[in-house]
Amino acid sequence: MAKLVIPTPLRQYADKKDSVDVEASNVGEALEKLTSQYSDLRKHLFTDEGKLRSFVNVYMNDEDIRYLDREATKVGGGDVITIVPSIAGGGNHVT
Amino acid sequence: MSPNVAGGVAAAPPVLSNDEILRYSRHLIMPEVGMEGQVKLKKASVLMIGTGGLGAPLGLYLAAAGVGRIGIVDFDVVDMTNLQRQVIHGTKDIGRPKLDSAAERMTDINPYVQIDKYEVRLTSENALGILKDYDVVVDGTDNFPTRYLVNDACVLLGKPNAYGSIFRFEGQATVFGHDDGPCYRCLYPEPPPPGLVPSCAEGGVLGILPALVGSIQATETVKLILGKGATLSGRLILYDALNMKFRELKLRKNPDCPVCGPNRTIHELIDYEAFCGIPQAEPELAPGLSEWEIGPVELKEKLDRGENVYILDVREPHEFEICSIPDSHLIPLGDLPKRVNELDTAADIVAHCKSGMRSAKAVNFLKTAGFSKVKNLKGGILAWSDQVDPTVPKY
Repeated sequence: MAKLVIPTPLRQYADKKDSVDVEASNVGEALEKLTSQYSDLRKHLFTDEGKLRSFVNVYMNDEDIRYLDREATKVGGGDVITIVPSIAGGGNHVT
Repeated sequence: MSPNVAGGVAAAPPVLSNDEILRYSRHLIMPEVGMEGQVKLKKASVLMIGTGGLGAPLGLYLAAAGVGRIGIVDFDVVDMTNLQRQVIHGTKDIGRPKLDSAAERMTDINPYVQIDKYEVRLTSENALGILKDYDVVVDGTDNFPTRYLVNDACVLLGKPNAYGSIFRFEGQATVFGHDDGPCYRCLYPEPPPPGLVPSCAEGGVLGILPALVGSIQATETVKLILGKGATLSGRLILYDALNMKFRELKLRKNPDCPVCGPNRTIHELIDYEAFCGIPQAEPELAPGLSEWEIGPVELKEKLDRGENVYILDVREPHEFEICSIPDSHLIPLGDLPKRVNELDTAADIVAHCKSGMRSAKAVNFLKTAGFSKVKNLKGGILAWSDQVDPTVPKY
């Protein structure tokens, strides 16, 4: 069982959960399970073609999966998969 | 001719006055700073982009630490909603340029600091000219176009960028572009399309969060100047205030990075609004209202005439608790698709939110779902407060 950490901006699409436990053999499968459980998350993580969006980074423990085997990166028990989206806030302007 | 250099004598290095030695004594007695480090701070220059949530602690601490010259870029005016987190400004400053208010406070903390004020929006035209005279750049802006602009300008000029960003309870911090380390584009090659990621204005932010993230940026800035310790270059700190957790992720230099990679394609600043998918100019708003809009006064008149109007509030429940229009029905925008069957396609529906953006999306959704008599309340509940019922609080 691996832990998938959901960042604040995406929690609204995942029943307000900050993490979920998933049983998966690789990162792609873990994300697939996550987005089938929370379908609203899908469009925030994947393009219409099913590719991970370029402003969403996924980390396996402390390493970016782009520098591992991307979605094929193996997942084992106790691993932590973290979704790190781009946030721009500086707490400055109010519109 | 300056008498100080007459006769070929080199200008003396800046020396701290007795007042400054006393002021910085807690630094001077630490071997990691000492007299050498404090003189480095005095000779250093830092450019802060923005004096908002992140810029507030940055400005206060960089001034207190004795950074010799601090540039500030901001063109905003202090308003009431800033004061929950932008502690460099006070209630008395509401309506003043943030630049003046911040500079005054920083000078009060430390009169030995020179403040350069730039009351401009940072653009592709002026960025290089402003950034080039500073040793370190600190990015405390609040939007993607400026984030990419600051990154690219720093990479092109070879300046380190102490980066921080915040959202609700979560912060990110790192140092980009230091000693050929990774840059912002190595982390995120492209920005999200407009509207997909909510801003702080839409999503909110814990007032204390920028204090911590801005202080990390200030710490990194001071370390970069001192040349001491291990900077955050190559590491991304994630801070979750709600669960009080810090995590550290590895940041790598992307060999395909378009601005700092070996085969870079970006050699000069580009159009960042276009890059981030933001239209060049706001589309001209037609005077008056479109057929899908209704003004607050017109809605009030309809209600006063006893017309049967279903007022649909698409905000979140916690916003509804702050204020609401009488007899309105709450269905948050995100729940609308699964609750659309609660609505009558033949009914007169007026959708509203805070300022009219989310309810415009709701109206578009309902139109495609076959609702023909649905309108958007122009300006949202803020306009309702302005034009119909001033007892409704604005937030």
